[in-house]
Amino acid sequence: MRDITFEISENVPLTANVRRMRLYGDTADITRAGQFVNVRLDGFYLRRPISVCDAENGVLTLIYKCVGAGTERMSRMRTGERLNVLTGLGNGYDISLSGRRPLLLGGGVGVPPLYLLAKKLLAEGKDVSAVIGFNTAAEVFYEKEFASLGCSVTVTTADGSYGTKGFVTDALPEDATYFYACGPMPMLKAVYAKTDISGEFSLEERMGCGFGVCVGCTCKTVTGGKRICKDGPVFKKEELEWQI
Amino acid sequence: MADLSVELCGIKLDNPVIPASGTFGFGAEFAELYDINVLGTFSFKGTTRQPRFGNPTPRIAECPAGMLNSVGLQNPGVEHVIAEELPRMKTYFCKPVMANVSGFSVEDYAYTCALLDAQDQIGWIELNVSCPNVHGGGMSFGTDPEAAAGVVRAVKAITKKPIIVKLSPNVTDIVAVALACEKAGADGISLINTLLGMRIDLKTRRPVLANNTGGLSGPAVFPVALRMVWQVAHAVDIPVVGMGGVSSADDMIEMMLAGATAVEVGAANLVDPYACRDIINELPETMRKYKIEKLSDIIKGANSWEKTL
Ligand SMILES: Cc1cc2nc3c(=O)[nH]c(=O)nc-3n(C[C@H](O)[C@H](O)[C@H](O)COP(=O)(O)OP(=O)(O)OC[C@H]3O[C@@H](n4cnc5c(N)ncnc54)[C@H](O)[C@@H]3O)c2cc1C
Ligand SMILES: Cc1cc2nc3c(=O)[nH]c(=O)nc-3n(C[C@H](O)[C@H](O)[C@H](O)COP(=O)(O)O)c2cc1C
Ligand code: FES
Repeated sequence: MRDITFEISENVPLTANVRRMRLYGDTADITRAGQFVNVRLDGFYLRRPISVCDAENGVLTLIYKCVGAGTERMSRMRTGERLNVLTGLGNGYDISLSGRRPLLLGGGVGVPPLYLLAKKLLAEGKDVSAVIGFNTAAEVFYEKEFASLGCSVTVTTADGSYGTKGFVTDALPEDATYFYACGPMPMLKAVYAKTDISGEFSLEERMGCGFGVCVGCTCKTVTGGKRICKDGPVFKKEELEWQI
Repeated sequence: MADLSVELCGIKLDNPVIPASGTFGFGAEFAELYDINVLGTFSFKGTTRQPRFGNPTPRIAECPAGMLNSVGLQNPGVEHVIAEELPRMKTYFCKPVMANVSGFSVEDYAYTCALLDAQDQIGWIELNVSCPNVHGGGMSFGTDPEAAAGVVRAVKAITKKPIIVKLSPNVTDIVAVALACEKAGADGISLINTLLGMRIDLKTRRPVLANNTGGLSGPAVFPVALRMVWQVAHAVDIPVVGMGGVSSADDMIEMMLAGATAVEVGAANLVDPYACRDIINELPETMRKYKIEKLSDIIKGANSWEKTL
């Protein structure tokens, strides 16, 4: 972890309430896909955890949904403004377990961290499929971006207004070797219940610190309470004891 | 050269800055960021007789100028702390550390304190009496002067290290609790623990915290904490450790003027992991600004206005 001040180089809408922010600064502490940064915002006491969507050559990309006053504040920040973040937080995904045909499963703003993951897996020569799910056509983002990396992409929408109608679990390919999932809890539980293969889940919780000291973000695992911010946010399917 | 040192219950501190229990873990995460031996000491995570998972999540909520937590004393239990955490702590912290202890019965406190009292690394034991007494209808020990004194007497009878009693602010008369603890043999008082509060999510119409209510801390509580430190420091003859909302060298000095011998810093560590290091670095310049040569000279140094009725 490090405390680093970045400079905003872009803050643009992708959909009505999802935005992409690009920042210049030292990204050296981000070593794995699935890690996150904790963003300090003027006027807010706690920081806001946001996943790393991409980090390369000193450019950090974040994709965030405006859901409350903090993310609303972020949406009004302009190019050239500074943003202090704690960077390189969390464990991230383990790409060594992916097998030949890894499957990325993303729901809503759970999609962004899978982008850097896709890049890393493709760089290892893997055959990557991504299934990304949204509520409706107007909310879809990053389909083209995943495709141009070289993944095979399937989009699902709950109302059927775009791509396959249904949830990501309605479009699971048959031959995947391992999955990486990030999204809302109901989606993660459905993936847990409907997959025979092993994989990893990225979890969310309200955080006090984001670096492991307040134990505000504990979740139950088969080996006892774990801190989502420090021991996670990524957990292996076998570590979680979800009652489905 | 500015003299930052103070003495707390017979042990010298290089400076009065002490990260507060529950906001510093056992120090390891911070030791990766800076040499935590610059601290006066730190108070480690509230430790109980048995390991505890704590409360359900969400355990954290935000508010203007502060936060609420309902962690529920998650900790690995005193045996694990002694077997694992203390030996590891030796590799990155070489000063006497403050052990923070919680319990749910007088026997719990006595059991945990006896084990920790035997550990060389520990300088002081801070007794967190803000816990529910399972034999007292679940009321917190800290809300009843007699119950608090009972814990202190039992612990004092079997320990040698200085016992600092950490008071709950959720009482009408904090001075009565402090005096009862002093009379029962406490070597020091620390305050304040968190103030009971809550937030409700307007969209779901449910409390944000899964525990419904939680403890408020951060800058929002500073004036309340300062007032309580002032009242207690002017009533007891044992040292007082002040805390609640401290986040700058100015806040430290204000707490000391109110009567604090040393000052703990809690929530500030969570939002700025370098908060305590930065306060220590700022202190000499801040002392110059207020013409303070020796920090210990200002303890309880604020002159009150004459009150007219
Ligand atoms: C590890 C991790 C990665 C995340 N990655 C992303 C991402 O890439 N893109 C994205 O849009 N969102 C992400 N989130 C969710 C994001 O943190 C919240 O949407 C954001 O904190 C909301 O802040 P707010 O002030 O707008 O909302 P408010 O509801 O006003 O926030 C109030 C408080 O609750 C906390 N909070 C509210 N919702 C959440 C939530 N879902 N998770 C954790 N804390 C919450 C806030 O941090 C703040 O402390 C992530 C969360 C975690 C834990
Ligand atoms: C996340 C969190 C966990 C805490 N855990 C403990 C604890 O285990 N034992 C204890 O005595 N106090 C605990 N506290 C209280 C703090 O030590 C301190 O008394 C309080 O937060 C006020 O100081 P602050 O405003 O500087 O945070 C905790 C506080 C927070 C924010
Ligand atoms: S948020 Fe503090 S330990 Fe995870």
